[in-house]
Amino acid sequence: MSDHNYVPSSKLGKWFNDRLPLLTLADHLKEYPTPKNLNYWWTFGGILTFCLMTQIITGIVLGMHYIAHVDLAFDSVEHIMRDVNYGWLIRYVHANGASMFFLAVYIHIFRSLYYGSYKSPREVIWIIGMIIYLLMMMTAFMGYVLPWGQMSFWGATVITNLFSAVPFFGEGITNWLWGGYSVDNPTLTRFFSLHYLLPFMILGLVVLHIWALHVPGNNNPIGIDLKKPSKDTVPFHPYIVIKDLFALLLFLIVFAFFVFYSPNILGHSDNYIEANPLVTPAHIVPEWYLLPFYAILRSIPDKLLGVIAMFASIFILVILPWLDTSKIRSAIFRPIYKQLYWILVLDVLILGYMGAMPAEGIYLLIARVATFYYFIHFLVILPLLGKREKTLTVPLSITEPVLGGSPNPQMVKKRELG
Amino acid sequence: MSEKKKVQRRDFIFTASYALGAVGVGAVVWPLVDQMNPDRSVKALASTEVDVSSLEPGKSITVLWRGKPVFIKRRTEEEIAEARNVNIKDLPHPEKDEDRAKNPEWLVMLGICTHLGCVPLGDKGEYNGWFCPCHGSHYDTSGRIRKGPAPTNMEIPKYEFVNSNTIKIG
Repeated sequence: MSDHNYVPSSKLGKWFNDRLPLLTLADHLKEYPTPKNLNYWWTFGGILTFCLMTQIITGIVLGMHYIAHVDLAFDSVEHIMRDVNYGWLIRYVHANGASMFFLAVYIHIFRSLYYGSYKSPREVIWIIGMIIYLLMMMTAFMGYVLPWGQMSFWGATVITNLFSAVPFFGEGITNWLWGGYSVDNPTLTRFFSLHYLLPFMILGLVVLHIWALHVPGNNNPIGIDLKKPSKDTVPFHPYIVIKDLFALLLFLIVFAFFVFYSPNILGHSDNYIEANPLVTPAHIVPEWYLLPFYAILRSIPDKLLGVIAMFASIFILVILPWLDTSKIRSAIFRPIYKQLYWILVLDVLILGYMGAMPAEGIYLLIARVATFYYFIHFLVILPLLGKREKTLTVPLSITEPVLGGSPNPQMVKKRELG
Repeated sequence: MSEKKKVQRRDFIFTASYALGAVGVGAVVWPLVDQMNPDRSVKALASTEVDVSSLEPGKSITVLWRGKPVFIKRRTEEEIAEARNVNIKDLPHPEKDEDRAKNPEWLVMLGICTHLGCVPLGDKGEYNGWFCPCHGSHYDTSGRIRKGPAPTNMEIPKYEFVNSNTIKIG
């Protein structure tokens, strides 16, 4: 790669770079060879970085006004909304920002599923991504508890009670999580502390995620290995930077729509009622981004097995690179996988819808079928399909279909063998 | 080469250092873990006394004990009969009503669904007892689980009648 030979042009730059090679890093990021056929589904990495920074900045500001105490938390949030200068704006950006963050991360994850970005040699990028996703869910959950409304309180009660399903140690674990015998002030203060900490851990993991990405380089829509740099790549700056910024602009329109026109549509009105440990709201519903997992939890009639199924549905994604046995990355060249992919998307959307409905009658039945299919997709279909599917011919390079291109020696070898 | 396999003074020193290091790390980590457990001020709020003289048969009140709701229900004759005329073998978590309510008129239990900790609603559900709106668990007039995802009956806390009008919970 070119950055190994990078020499700053100015004398001062050279002096500094010899002592701390930050300019070499900047040059690497600028020149980083990127596949030239990346489509707009690849812009969500940049969008997610923006989301994380937005959450951290608005969160730090909110932390200056919020009071983590059961008697004061609810009122301090109202104080932010009514009294603090621009407090309403900052809080609405933070609350809707969480939803936007998850919207972007789901698109990012499903892009990876479609184009096989989780496959060798990018398994570590994928696993770090899944850890980030897990931390995001924990952070979002604890953040939702902080306003100390009814949904905050009962959401916290239900989720922490998941651990009471653990045999023998269940009660000890929940009491330890709560710092008492129920969700109370000690729970609120520790959630605030951790809600402040976890985003910085996510930030650290994002650095590792990008570092791990820069070792093999980006996957691309046709999912072949590229020679870098070559006619198939373009430098990150200005090509990708400009494209990412344009996509971010479109994303911000959606973001701004929620913040300015319907800031409460993604929340639950019960959370504007202060927490009351004596009354459970009629329908406890988690935030929309957790609904599919909630549906899986409720679809299993046994408490422990339901909790296990819910955690398994996430863990299964971590080991996905080894469940999918197909060597072809992109769904473009996997005609059957392509259809199953859309069925999976539909299945997850159905699970999400069922998570918002009461767990009874036809809803429960549909949720059970959808849960069953979710696991079948990953545990049975993907391992078998990779060995049996008749795939289409993969091009030798990005430019080959148009110009003949310069073939990648590895791909030529594979085609000769095939 | 055989010399390498022999346990040397240095191996002993390494193993001993690692062991001591592990103990040291454990000693430092434990306070950081234990600080999250319920502390003495929380444990001290152990008991609550409740005046139940104004409670009519068929009515119930909810009081807070250790931050948790406790249902105190004065049961009617029908409700007692319904709770006692159940074949124990039909229950997911077999417990006699006689063991749950020593004074049959009074049922005192933690008003917490044993599934995921919601507060069930009274006089609801298929068994005329309680119904949890969160995930659909049905309890009977003795607070025993009959249908739904909850694994066990609602818990009976330690309580006693201080006099005929006052119950002491905890």
